[in-house]
Amino acid sequence: MVAAKVMASTREMYGKTLLAMAEEYPNIVVLGGDLNVSVFTHLWRDHVKYKARFFDFGPAEQNIMGVAAGLAASGKMPFVSTFAVFGTGRPFDQLRVLIAQPHLNVKIVCTHAGILTGEDGMSAHGIEDLALACSLPGFTVVCPADAVETAQAVGAAAATEGPFYIRLSRASTPVIHSENYQFTLGRSEIVQDGRDLTIIAAGVMVSVSLDAAALLAESGISARVVNMHTLKPVDEQTIIAAARDTGAIVTAEEHYINGGLGSIVAQAVVRHCPVPMEMVALQGYSESGKAEELMVKCRLTADAVKSASLAAFKRKGS
Amino acid sequence: MARAKGKNGSKGAPQWTSSGRGMYYSTEELKAIARELRRDIIQTIFTAGSGHPGGSLSELEILISLYFRVMRHDPANPKWPDRDRFILSKGHASTGLYAVLAHAGYFPKGELATFRQLNSRLQGHAHPMSPGVEMNSGSLGMGLSFALGCALAARLDQKDYMVYALLGDGECDEGQVWEAAMAAAHHKATNLIAFIDRNCIQNDRFTDEVMGLEPLADKWRAFGWRVLETDGHEFDALLGTIEEALQGRTTPTVIIARTVKGKGVSFMENNPAFHGRAPNRQEFEQAMKELA
Repeated sequence: MVAAKVMASTREMYGKTLLAMAEEYPNIVVLGGDLNVSVFTHLWRDHVKYKARFFDFGPAEQNIMGVAAGLAASGKMPFVSTFAVFGTGRPFDQLRVLIAQPHLNVKIVCTHAGILTGEDGMSAHGIEDLALACSLPGFTVVCPADAVETAQAVGAAAATEGPFYIRLSRASTPVIHSENYQFTLGRSEIVQDGRDLTIIAAGVMVSVSLDAAALLAESGISARVVNMHTLKPVDEQTIIAAARDTGAIVTAEEHYINGGLGSIVAQAVVRHCPVPMEMVALQGYSESGKAEELMVKCRLTADAVKSASLAAFKRKGS
Repeated sequence: MARAKGKNGSKGAPQWTSSGRGMYYSTEELKAIARELRRDIIQTIFTAGSGHPGGSLSELEILISLYFRVMRHDPANPKWPDRDRFILSKGHASTGLYAVLAHAGYFPKGELATFRQLNSRLQGHAHPMSPGVEMNSGSLGMGLSFALGCALAARLDQKDYMVYALLGDGECDEGQVWEAAMAAAHHKATNLIAFIDRNCIQNDRFTDEVMGLEPLADKWRAFGWRVLETDGHEFDALLGTIEEALQGRTTPTVIIARTVKGKGVSFMENNPAFHGRAPNRQEFEQAMKELA
């Protein structure tokens, strides 16, 4: 019997963390597109002291990104927040031409990524956002594993010059970190060490992968679990070490299989230390349903990660 | 914040740069500059072997009016925080901007010969790697949003700089232009003045054939903008209209400037073929003869 997990909202943590940075970073301005309650930037919008540094533009995301670029070029640090589909796909050309190419200091923090968005259905499931964000030269891309990490990732975004994308969820997700956790941008976290294979995960799949590692341990297999919170620039050293030390790698992400964590890890593995790899990811568009139902139907479960791990393990040394 | 009188836009007043130098040219001098820069544009595009002469020639008097009479800027200090901003949204017409920036002293005129070449700062579409260029461009419809961001930053910083944006008429087909128009009025960006280079030709054909824009002025009015219209080549008319735009600002202002695509070169005027191609040698020689 597994103890009930402590759940917390990454998007609520984002809104609170951002507000708490208002004094430290007087150049932060917050931009929204009529989803500010959902992304928790209404805390800033409605704050008597800071509301002058908030601008709503309605659901007009191309314009929002353009305004953000103009503000950044004038010395401001805009935080733009909306849902993942509206913050990456919809204004992609604006991200590319106005923000990535001149390398402007714009922070894009999107909630409602992936199938955890649930009932709103496939158009609302941002399952391509990491691929889109990672395809932009110069962007830093972070997918926090829980609310604790979210707070520190938001701090790192403000402290890092240049375009930055953070991926958050609609649903509350398990808290895997203690308050003492120390996030380091670009350096992944070995959540649990192991000998026989390595599961490299991001976002909610870190928690799922820890469950999978527990199942594997029951079968006598020792799995290392890595929290690859920074997808770009990715921590190649930890990937290479995992390949060398454990000889097999499984990636686990709540994102489409092309262009996300699996693709990024594979790039490092094939170049530096080819070993058997398996990938747990979304295979296509999903549907309306409860987040936990969709995770089961889309095979983003501890059992699925365990099966992939066994497959990778069996291919070792063959 | 009210603008200090006599700084910008006031007829006959010198405009000031951060180093305290004035940059003021009489209308006759502006006309001479226009003649010279038309030759620079043709020479630059001919040397590059590609480029966009039509729009560079149609926008020229608007740019010259701003840079040599109206705007507060300093070529020796392109990032001066208090500068007025000029945002070229129709970034394919970069050659017109480069010619003006070079003439103002942002970079040596000889650098125009590197336009579109490897290792040049003068990219095919204007990019801020060139001194004096504010925004990366080349995908249409984005400049007004960027300009609004600059305008809002001025308000946050309690600065009195103006933001000018130049849009093509064909560019107004882009939905983002109207997103930005709605937002600029909503956020009361009174320090934002947009120009429409109304030359009636876009990439393929005449704007009326591609996508009907009229009644263009009514569209902007309906979005909450003050609309002024002017001849886009006569300096006295242009400068008077900009002067008017700078007064009594309670909304953003758009100036629809009636221009001629390819202005100044007989066979380029009103000819969609010269939206995006360089003159061949014979055409180049004829153009330079006409502009002598």
